[in-house]
Amino acid sequence: MQINRALILGLIETCHEVIASHADDLCELDRAIGDGDHGTNMRRGCDAVYLDRERLGALPLPQALETIGTMLVMSVGGASGPLYGTLLIEIGRRLGARQNGADFANIVGEAIEAVAKRGRAQAGDKTLLDVLYPVHSEMVRQSALVHIAERAQQSAQLTAGMKAMRGRASFLGDRSIGHIDPGASSCALLTTAICRYLKEYHPA
Amino acid sequence: MKGKIANVGIVIVSHSPLVAKGTADMVRQMVGDGVPLSWCGGNAEGGLGTNAAGILAAIEAAWSDHGVAVFVDLGGAETNSEMAIEMLGEPRSSLVAICNAPLVEGAVIAAAEASGGAPLAKVVATAEELSPL
Repeated sequence: MQINRALILGLIETCHEVIASHADDLCELDRAIGDGDHGTNMRRGCDAVYLDRERLGALPLPQALETIGTMLVMSVGGASGPLYGTLLIEIGRRLGARQNGADFANIVGEAIEAVAKRGRAQAGDKTLLDVLYPVHSEMVRQSALVHIAERAQQSAQLTAGMKAMRGRASFLGDRSIGHIDPGASSCALLTTAICRYLKEYHPA
Repeated sequence: MKGKIANVGIVIVSHSPLVAKGTADMVRQMVGDGVPLSWCGGNAEGGLGTNAAGILAAIEAAWSDHGVAVFVDLGGAETNSEMAIEMLGEPRSSLVAICNAPLVEGAVIAAAEASGGAPLAKVVATAEELSPL
């Protein structure tokens, strides 16, 4: 139970810190092709979770993830609130109902499909899915954490070449090309921070 | 408001509090107290944006057992409204519909339809006639 608590608190603090320190950059990316509030929105959500971390740390991991997902839905706003919220809610639910032997990568894969359904988006649409899908494929391959993080960052960079098909950026058509997607960027930042945390504090 | 009016409720969701309130004012001018009506505009801090908790509260405020039609402006308003509707839980979730219609025109024409006692499906269909296929 102590390990559970340490893991949850560590992940909350790590995610809170990386979003707080990059909120302005995320807003900057969003100003180029959207409404400029992605960093502010993500920070609001992470602040809400961070403030409640002691209560969350006392929950079993599946319930903690589901509760955090709901908090993000309620506090982030924009499309990213429901998208990140759905990801965590679905991972939490599936983890809670997990049968012996069910693979964590499979659980994440199913949760990513729920995110795609929620956003009615697919790979190549210039969204956070363009980071989540490659991250998932590295997980399936059981890649090292450092490789998962690298793949996340490369994948976010690759969204610059894509034309936005969903969200506010899609209104710009071809003019969205050349800019990194803010949602893909926050997703890569979070993935990298989580991988680094897991590597340092929970060596495999 | 619950149960007092036997008409479909109308909820207006915009990224802007001013747009949401202004649209609600136009609906009110058209139908008076004839339909349960509520709006949610902006993020949790009152700035431009969307807010699932606020949308959920607006749906509760305009609740009708005959159903609620929700009007949204841009993508985030739709995604957050879908999330709020799911959070209502069944059987109430099935009684709420997001209309594919322009915000102002859709809400006003839907409210006019609802004020005559039309069922949810008719209210939604009337509003959606405004959108090209």
